[in-house]
Amino acid sequence: MELWRRAANPWGQDVLIGISWDLMWAAVFAGLAFTLAHAVWAKWLAPAASTDAGGGSSGAGLPAQILRHALSERVFHWVMSAAMLVLLITAFAPVIGIQFAWVTIHWIAGLILTATIVYHIIHAVFWQDFWAMWVNKADIEAGLAELSHMVGRNGTEVPKAAKYPIDHKMFHHGASVSGLTAIVTGIFMMLRIDTWLGAANPYLLDITDSTWGVVYVVHGISGVALFGLIITHIYFAIRPDKWWITKSMIYGFIGQDKYVENFDPNRWAIPGAAPQEERVPAGVGASLGSDDAVVGSSDAAVGSGDVESGSNDTAAGGGDLAVGGGDAAASGGDAAAGGGDAAAGGGDAAAGGGGAAATGESPSDSDDGLNESEAAS
Amino acid sequence: MAVIRDMIPAFELFQPTNVEDTIELLDRYGEDRGVRTTPDGVEIGALTTLTNVADHPELTADYSVLTDAASHIATPQIRNRGTLGGNLSQDTRCWYYRGGWPCYRAGGNTCYASAPTAMNREHCISGSSRCVAVNPSDSASALIALDAKFVIRGSRGERVVDAQDYFMRPSVDIERMTILKPGELLTTIRIPSTWAKATFYYEKIEDRKSWDFALMTIASAIRMSGGVIQDVRLAVNGVAPFPVRLEKAEQVVRGRTPSDDLGMEAGTVATEGAQPLRHNAYKIDLMRNLVRRAIRNSAEA
Repeated sequence: MELWRRAANPWGQDVLIGISWDLMWAAVFAGLAFTLAHAVWAKWLAPAASTDAGGGSSGAGLPAQILRHALSERVFHWVMSAAMLVLLITAFAPVIGIQFAWVTIHWIAGLILTATIVYHIIHAVFWQDFWAMWVNKADIEAGLAELSHMVGRNGTEVPKAAKYPIDHKMFHHGASVSGLTAIVTGIFMMLRIDTWLGAANPYLLDITDSTWGVVYVVHGISGVALFGLIITHIYFAIRPDKWWITKSMIYGFIGQDKYVENFDPNRWAIPGAAPQEERVPAGVGASLGSDDAVVGSSDAAVGSGDVESGSNDTAAGGGDLAVGGGDAAASGGDAAAGGGDAAAGGGDAAAGGGGAAATGESPSDSDDGLNESEAAS
Repeated sequence: MAVIRDMIPAFELFQPTNVEDTIELLDRYGEDRGVRTTPDGVEIGALTTLTNVADHPELTADYSVLTDAASHIATPQIRNRGTLGGNLSQDTRCWYYRGGWPCYRAGGNTCYASAPTAMNREHCISGSSRCVAVNPSDSASALIALDAKFVIRGSRGERVVDAQDYFMRPSVDIERMTILKPGELLTTIRIPSTWAKATFYYEKIEDRKSWDFALMTIASAIRMSGGVIQDVRLAVNGVAPFPVRLEKAEQVVRGRTPSDDLGMEAGTVATEGAQPLRHNAYKIDLMRNLVRRAIRNSAEA
């Protein structure tokens, strides 16, 4: 298998000109092999459900439907997905002999993808909790426990997840790195083609043939990496046992039962959720479970586009809470995070609660939890 | 088939891959040569030599735009060996590409012919997509003007395409000049009788009067009725990476009395959107005037 395509430039120098299309097939093979292996494992080899490590919700006080993805997030996801699929199809279909005028469609889809990513970055930085997608110690511990359970160590305690489990976060980061790399290199490559934005000028930046070769190779590698990632993403999206989470990207909601079954309310707080185990230190995030508590749903905090009334450190209230907690919606601000009479701890605690809301992490029984909250807030 | 004439060792990276493959295809699909009359027009085997096309009495009588084009190709010696199918299927003459540079068309990621310092006097003024090379076929524009159909045979059977669709756009596949897929062969050219004995015009512009590739060719077929242009087909080559049918110019002249002014108007429309390179802006004027001459010729005819 070849990794690169090379050629001699007019000066006789050996230069890269792009990736070998063998890599495309390698990505397809890797993606399909992974999905096949997972499907076999899930069907015949998967151990029984893991032991609950605690942290679950009783479901008391929870709405029947819990908002997981606000409308703005869903629109972003599907527009980005469509752009990504168009990019992959226009990039690789011609390679396998499906011929059409792909270049124009490709760069237009690339610009759409770029616009969605720019929107997402701005949205995540200023209206969502940027660190909600960050992998923290609790995620790593949960991931290791899950792996341990998957390889047959029954009895392993697998903590319930935050709003975004570690596998979601890892996919997000893999796709982010690949996607951003493809975007940056792709924008440079647009200098080499005529577009509605201007005529081609491959010599604008005085980039050498060998440097252009690196740009093409990096673009190609990020493309095939996305190819493999998207194969696995689509596989998990259409798996029957994951369909409920896929539907949440369509309709926005998950059922209360799924929330109770899969998520730790101390890590993804929903207004009205009553943790089975009270592991929250007094004064921090104590508002959880309080009827009139307004610990922001992480939907709200993580930034539903609908929720922009809340301040950054709580971001509570708004449309999400209206769904999740009815009139529990608060106007934001520190007090909202603390919420009513449960807002024990005053300003600091409230800020901590807000952080918990924002990250979907709980200031739990560990110092880490507190740190996370503080960091988030 | 004729494209093997375009093969010498230095061009080994170009189509077809090797002579043996081509011979095997000929064995499989048979060698179609000669001109045959059919109820719908004529069929010309792709292996018919250019001399036979140029000298064929029936073609000369009914489709003189084609015989005119064939007689302008290369030299008598080459026309004796070269075939119609080969002329249609030959690779581009861009010397950056022919010189073995790793350009887009050769699988690379650069068009050296569009560089600011490139020598691109012969290259295209429209239709480029990264590659600015032009199609070199002299007969292509004539066959497009005649509304010819190309018969392609391959392992999946036979398919028939319009002449202008035989030529690949670089936006679709930058490494090929035709739509032929591996294992396919252009076997026959069918010319419908629709345009038999029409008013034809063909002109080839070249740097010297013989044995040269065209800077541009134009071919037109016009049906006159009552002094006005009833129907028309106009095609040029040498302006884009593929032969171009000038449909907008056709619309301008259809139903109107041919004249020099009308030709100029059509030529102006035909060149709209042209984007010259550093050294080939003259092609815009050239194309405008060739269209003008083609229309004016029908008035004189």
